[in-house]
Amino acid sequence: MTRREAGLFALVALLIVGTGVVQGWNSALLILNMGLVSALMALGVNLQWGLAGLFNVGVMGFVALGGLAVVIVSMPPVGEAWAAGGGRALAGLVFGAATVFAAITAWRRMPRGRARALAMTGILVGGFLIYRAVMAPAVGAIEAVNPAVTGYLGGMGLPVLVAWPVGGLLAAGAAWVIGKTALGLRADYLAIATLGISEIVIAVLKNEDWLSRGVKNVNGLPRPVPNEIDLQESAEFVARADGLGLDPVLASTLYVKAAYGVLFAVVLIIVLVLAQLALRSPWGRMMRAIRDNEVAANAMGKNITARHLQVFVLGSAVCGLAGAMMTTLDGQLTPSSYQPLRYTFLIWVMVIVGGSGNNFGAVLGGMLIWFLWVQVEPMGQWLLGVITAPMPDGSWLKGHLLDGAAQMRLLTMGLVLLLVLRFSPRGLMPER
Amino acid sequence: MIDALNALVVLANFVIVPAVAYGAQLALGALGVTLIFAILRFTNMAHGDTMAFGTMATIFTTWGLQNAGISLGPLPTALLALPVGIAVTALLLLGTDRLIYRFYRAKKVAPVMLLIVSVGVMFVMNGLVRFIIGVDDQRFADGERFIISARTFKTMTGLDEGLAIRTTQGITVVTAIIVVAALFWFLERTRTGKSMRAYSDNEDLALLSGINPERVVMITWVLVAALATIAGVLYGLDKSFKPFTYFQLLLPIFAAAIVGGLGSPVGAIIGGFVIAFSEVGVTYAFKRVLGYLLPEGLEPTGLVQLLGTDYKFAVSFAILVVVLIFKPTGLYKGASA
Repeated sequence: MTRREAGLFALVALLIVGTGVVQGWNSALLILNMGLVSALMALGVNLQWGLAGLFNVGVMGFVALGGLAVVIVSMPPVGEAWAAGGGRALAGLVFGAATVFAAITAWRRMPRGRARALAMTGILVGGFLIYRAVMAPAVGAIEAVNPAVTGYLGGMGLPVLVAWPVGGLLAAGAAWVIGKTALGLRADYLAIATLGISEIVIAVLKNEDWLSRGVKNVNGLPRPVPNEIDLQESAEFVARADGLGLDPVLASTLYVKAAYGVLFAVVLIIVLVLAQLALRSPWGRMMRAIRDNEVAANAMGKNITARHLQVFVLGSAVCGLAGAMMTTLDGQLTPSSYQPLRYTFLIWVMVIVGGSGNNFGAVLGGMLIWFLWVQVEPMGQWLLGVITAPMPDGSWLKGHLLDGAAQMRLLTMGLVLLLVLRFSPRGLMPER
Repeated sequence: MIDALNALVVLANFVIVPAVAYGAQLALGALGVTLIFAILRFTNMAHGDTMAFGTMATIFTTWGLQNAGISLGPLPTALLALPVGIAVTALLLLGTDRLIYRFYRAKKVAPVMLLIVSVGVMFVMNGLVRFIIGVDDQRFADGERFIISARTFKTMTGLDEGLAIRTTQGITVVTAIIVVAALFWFLERTRTGKSMRAYSDNEDLALLSGINPERVVMITWVLVAALATIAGVLYGLDKSFKPFTYFQLLLPIFAAAIVGGLGSPVGAIIGGFVIAFSEVGVTYAFKRVLGYLLPEGLEPTGLVQLLGTDYKFAVSFAILVVVLIFKPTGLYKGASA
């Protein structure tokens, strides 16, 4: 790490510490925790873009799949719902997968021609209708089980930390399917395909109530760290807080957030080390060679599509992992909160600003842009407050401008991205 | 016989008429995307927000006209405001090009770089629109609501089912036809249009024959502004204006452009209708149509709906994937894979 890079990280640290001093340590730790998660997402995207030049605009979908994994893994199973239609739902899913598999096999095995097209269409349409017939009663039965509280299958009741790698696996699976279809085509086609899959993932999360309660949200996800209330009731903790001169309520909130921060930092460091090792390995050099000159790499006997698929799956898995961590931190899965600008394009701003191709850059970009994203709103409020101060109170324009302050962050992010692209296209920490 | 007619009317009312209107809106949007791709050679992520901006400019003009007491009678006032909206959007796009895209064009960067740049533009435009008009739904259609209302149709034909055609749907189709005809006339018949096609086919040859590239690019942006604003206003009149919905239109519009073949104007139009008909058709519940068509006792008990309406994105996406796998150049030989 050069002195400049160390300086940039010190700057981010200073910004977060400054937030702690000015706005309180709870705010600072909140920014830090989400900053760490964002940095992880940026690392995933950087694997795809920085290392391989793949343009993935479906980050939101992979992040949401990670969130789904938390529900599936860690929530207690709803026995009644399983009894009502669990087996049938599983059978439906298996049948659906079998249909797709059969269609692909038919396509591969049969000779070219009209018969093949007809057979595949027939398998898909027939399979879809049977799938619907199997699934619909099961879904109805599951969703009828106490809909106000459950109305879904629940999860497996495993420790929530297990959900993190599972989130990565789920995202990797989705990425494999996408990669199989859209890799090897133009870069823009991959972009559109990933944009599409991310919207579909969100649509599934919003509508398949039997899976994760849809827009009714799953609340009260298990936590890997103690509850604030439990801490406040523990005599030992209160005594320790008193010893430090802290109010026990404040101390408990800080303790919990710090615990999350440590967990996230550990994951981030592990992934960062792995990414760094990959970047410097022969594999990493091959990936960059492919990125910089596909024709030459192909001539050297490298299987470009296969390598792209590999790195695409890996990067998406990192995004899924980060998504699972984020949902754990939130303690709830709220499908309607997934917005592409926030979960896809903002991550892109982080990667580009940090420096595409540089893993440390991605981490820096993630932390820095997240800090800006959080802090631009109050800054915008303040700025517009100053601008509108001379205007008479209650004037239409003043109210409108103050209302609009919330939108300042999009504007700012766009400007930051455009300025970096223009004046420092390789980012704050250029690739080496 | 009457049953068949009734079935046809239900189908027309809930599938054909809405899909034709929606398809025309998508086609206009896809034309913009495809033009940018053909001339400027990149995929513009900011297109949905360009549409939103153009619509916003038109809405403000509409409000101004309404306050001044000017209206078009039975037609929505927004049509009168459209030229102003287009002009404002054209200025914005030309400014964007001047400030941002021109720099990268001169450096001849890779198309994917321009795509990323357009993400930045998208953020800024999105922020601008939300900042100026807010994030809420805006309805700005006025004038006559229906060309034919369901009740008039029933009394006119004596059928059990009514067919309603909203004014906005009629206007959408008529406007789209006029715009497309004008665009094709421009591209095929005028000197400028020919120079644009030449530039799109082979940049170097076009430069050699004395075509001014900056002029071609400028005209492209003006055309894109017109297409995006018209598409956005028609969509907003037909449904309603909400910045986030416009952002989400990006997916069906891209799907339409790619299905038709990126860079091919005819393809963009066909693609728009393919996407619109599949979206509406797959998410429509055919219960009533089949109820009329099938013999007594065989009527379906369920809704006969293939997918819930919330999955309409899945439809554009599925079509997109099918085309990408089997015919990556699109229906009308667009850019190859």
